[in-house]
Order: sequence, then structure tokens, then C-alpha cells
Amino acid sequence: MNTRRSTVPAGEIILYAFMAIVSLLCIIPFIIILSSSMTRETDILMHGYNIFPKNFDFNAYRFLFQRMDVVLTGYKVTSLVTIIGTVASLIISAMIAYPISLRRLKYRRFISGYVLLTLLFNGGMVPWYIINVKYLHLHNNLWALILPSLVNGFNIFLMRNYFSSIPEEMHESAKIDGASEVRTLLSIILPLSVPVFASVGLFIGLAYWNDWWLGLMLIDKTDLQPLQLMLRTIVSNVDYLANSSVLSTGTDQMVPRESVKMAATIVTIGPIIFLYPFLQRYFVKGLMMGAVKG
Amino acid sequence: MSIPAMILLLLFNYFPMAGIIIAFKDFNLSNGIFASPWMHPIYENFRFFFTSDNWLSVTRNTILLNLMFIFVGTVVNVGIAILFNEIRSTWFKRTAQSLTLLPYFISWIVVGVFAYNFLSYEHGMLSELLVKFGFDKIDWYSNPNAWPFIILIIFIWKGVGYNSIIYLATLTGIDHTLYESARIDGATKMQQIWFITIPLLRPTIIVLTLLAIGHIMNSDFGMFYSLVGDSAQLYSTVDVIDTFVFRSLKGSGDMGMAAAASFYQSVLAFVLVYVSNRVARKYESDSTLF
Repeated sequence: MNTRRSTVPAGEIILYAFMAIVSLLCIIPFIIILSSSMTRETDILMHGYNIFPKNFDFNAYRFLFQRMDVVLTGYKVTSLVTIIGTVASLIISAMIAYPISLRRLKYRRFISGYVLLTLLFNGGMVPWYIINVKYLHLHNNLWALILPSLVNGFNIFLMRNYFSSIPEEMHESAKIDGASEVRTLLSIILPLSVPVFASVGLFIGLAYWNDWWLGLMLIDKTDLQPLQLMLRTIVSNVDYLANSSVLSTGTDQMVPRESVKMAATIVTIGPIIFLYPFLQRYFVKGLMMGAVKG
Repeated sequence: MSIPAMILLLLFNYFPMAGIIIAFKDFNLSNGIFASPWMHPIYENFRFFFTSDNWLSVTRNTILLNLMFIFVGTVVNVGIAILFNEIRSTWFKRTAQSLTLLPYFISWIVVGVFAYNFLSYEHGMLSELLVKFGFDKIDWYSNPNAWPFIILIIFIWKGVGYNSIIYLATLTGIDHTLYESARIDGATKMQQIWFITIPLLRPTIIVLTLLAIGHIMNSDFGMFYSLVGDSAQLYSTVDVIDTFVFRSLKGSGDMGMAAAASFYQSVLAFVLVYVSNRVARKYESDSTLF
């Protein structure tokens, strides 16, 4: 027992304790939100937000679910945008990343340069906004939430780097075996590229799910608001939620304002937290894959 | 095969680049960008922008805040990565990493709600704590001098898991025999970190810092917008070019001012990105853009 204790130096203990504290600091806000969403409204008003609920109470969720239509609209818009956006973006990015990864292709330098320039220079917010709204008519429709961020140079280069790390011999041996260009892509390259699709797909999907910039700029109608903006509307104005529903009769019910905000936050981040253990693995792999490019 | 992506880049990247001439025009929506008449004199929008009080304060805020975020952030991120690297229990390491990475996965809107929880005058956690320990509550949302530091803390909180992983990726590639021979020579843990780990991390640190400096002008709109929002009292210290352009465009509808500020931002951003990549390439050509 004594020998064992002496092999654990004090530095080691401090290190573990310190990192435990750092980790705790990172998740405490999540715990506070969760506990506040389940706390009786009067407790929040009297004692403020807390790590543990004094009295459990699910009024906030009850209130929120009575106005399900509002939350569901946000969920529907965001889910649709995330699914369509991620799939389309992966396909379109891979379609440009693959050719420029091939050393034998003639115009690859030109196409790479074309993509690169978009990373170096941008026209800025004002021209971007006017082009979208006036010329492309991406205003108050679902496409406005998908199209503008469909293609991104960083993702293209990330995929290109992966594709070009596949040895040239793979292509050659496939050719010798009589496989066509398309056949090589479909039955050799794509199966090998599942990891990069998983990781880049995750980056894209997360960006679509968390996006509110496009909604803020290009959507004015509440029934097209993505989830994140819905949360913002609820938080900055709980009355909006109270009035927007046919269920509400005005003044006869006290709105648990503070806890409803917290419950709405939990509902917004719920899917991410739920999928987190799974998401995190591919995310870290993708980072390791050489996403050092800032 | 590359056509769809090239068309999308043309629409959403190249068209706005051409549209940048709007800064020299007397824009109105019905004429559009190209048919609107030129300004008289041509730099009129810029005169308007540069003679306003705003341009100096938003430029200063953008540069100073971002420099502070980059330098403090780098120190913290490298420090945490080194500590992670020293942990030998895989179970502990994996759990701690999962927990620190979690904030990266949520949107700035949600972070804004978190911040409000802590800082709100009436029911915020911080108010409660201050009262509990016998101090007076502080109304953070009308206290502009505190905000650079509040945003710094939140910035680090959200990014530390993500950034430490990037440094950790470099650290795991270090040859272990280096440490062994150092130990044989009697080097302490601190000496090993100081003379082996940090020098080997240096190229990564330099490159990432340079690239971050390149992006100063495109500061994180989401962070500033969702934390500061419409709290006009805080603008003096934490209003940046992005948020200023956004307000001129969507709020006050002052198109000339917005266009001039947006042009100014694009040009500065380009210069910074270009120069920082040029310099970074000297250190490590793999991780730069060109």
C-alpha cells in the first residue's frame, strides 16, 4: 500500500484534478440549463438559476408542448434543410474534389485556383445580400436556407486532400483489370472514402443544423424560421409563444417565462446532445485528417 | 462533373465579388447593382463612412479584440493540449476530451442564452453568487468595459476542446524516444515540456496563429451578434466591423454606409489573408492555402 502511494506523485494528482475541473466548467452551463428547465418558476424568480432544481416541475415543458406547432415548424424547417443540404453538399463537393485530385487531369490547376480564390477574397456582406435577394430571389423560401452555403472551398480541399492520398497504383491496377473510369470511382475510390464522407458530412450537417445566419439575413416569415432563430424569438420574447397559439386565452394562465426559455434551449440542442457520443468520434477523426487549415 | 460546384461558387462567391462596385454607387433596389448611377463624387460613400465616428472605433475593436482572443486563446489551448498529453489514463482522457469538446457543437445563439443565464441582472447565477458573498449585483449588460473579457472567456470556453485537439494531433506524433533519453539524462517533467514539447509544437503554433490573424477582419459575426445583440450601451467596446455593417444594412437601411464599410472590410481581409498565408508558408507549406 505504501509503495503504491509513493508511486503516484503529487503532480499527477494536481494534473488530474485540474483537468477534471476544466471539464466540469465546460459542461456546467448545460447542467444549469437542464435543471432550470425543470425548476419551478417561482424558485428561479426568487433564487435565480441553479445547478440542482429545488423543486422539480415540468410546467415549462407542458407549456412548450401545448404550443408544439411553433417548435415543430422550426424543427421541420431545420431538419429538412440539414438533410437536403448535407446530402447535396457532399455530392457536389465530391464531384469537384475528385477531378482536381487526379494528377493526370488537364484543367485541375485552373479549377483549384478557381476554388482557392473564393477562400482568399469575398465581396462582403452587402453585395452578397443584394445578389441573393434581388438577383437570385433567395428571400423567404426554403432554398435561401440551403443554396448559399452548399459549396465551401475548405470542404472541397479537405476532400481533395483525402482523394489524392489514395495511391495512384489503385487507379492503375483497376485500369489494368479493365475497369472504366466510372467503375473505378464507384467500386474502388468511393468505398475507400467513407471516412472522409462521414467527417465532412458531419461538419456540413452540424453547420446546417446550427445555422441561423441565412435565416437572419434572408428569411422574414416566422413559418420559415430555422430552429435556432425560433429559439432566439422565444428567448427574447416569450409572449410571442404565448400569443401565437390558439390554446392561449390570454391572461388566465401564468407563463413560466424563465423556465420556458430554458426548456426551449434544451429542445433545440437535444438532438445534438443525444447524438453527441456518435458525432464526436467522426468529428475528431475528421479533425485529425488534416483539418489544420484555418 | 465539376460544373455544379463551379456554378454555385460563381453565384454565391464571384457575383458578390463583382457586386463590390456597389460601394461606388448610389444604390437603389429597383435599379440593382449594375444599373444604379455612380456616386458624385465617386468616393462619396467612403467620405461618409470615414468621417463618421464609427469607422475608427469598429476598426480598433475588431483588431484589438481579435488579437486578444488569438493570443490568450493560443496560450490556453496549447496549455490544455500539453496537459491532455500528460494524462495516461485513456478512460479519463477520453471523457475529459468529450466534455471539453461539447461546447463546440452548439450554436452561438444557444451560447447567448447561456451567457444571459450567468450575467442577467435579476436572476443570473453571478448575481446570486455576488449577493450570497455579500457583494452588490453588477448590471453586466450596461457595463461596456467588462465585455471584452466576458467575450474572451466565452470564446475560450467554446473553442478550447476543438483547438486543443488540433495541437494534440501534433503532440501524439512526437517520437517517444526523445522523452526517454531526456529522462535518462535526468530531465524533470517541466524540463521535458519546456525543451521538447513546446519547441516541437512551435511550427503548428506559428502557422495557426498566422492563419488566425489572417481572418481577423472576418471576425466571428455569430459570436458578437448573439452575445451583444442590440445592447447599444456595449457598442463602444465590442462593436466590430461585421456587426456594424449588418446594422447599417438590415437595421438603419443606410445602404451607402453599409456598402462602403463592407468594401473596406473585404479589402483589408484580403490583404491580411494573403500576407498571413505568405508568411505562414515559410514555416510549413502543408497547411497554408497556396
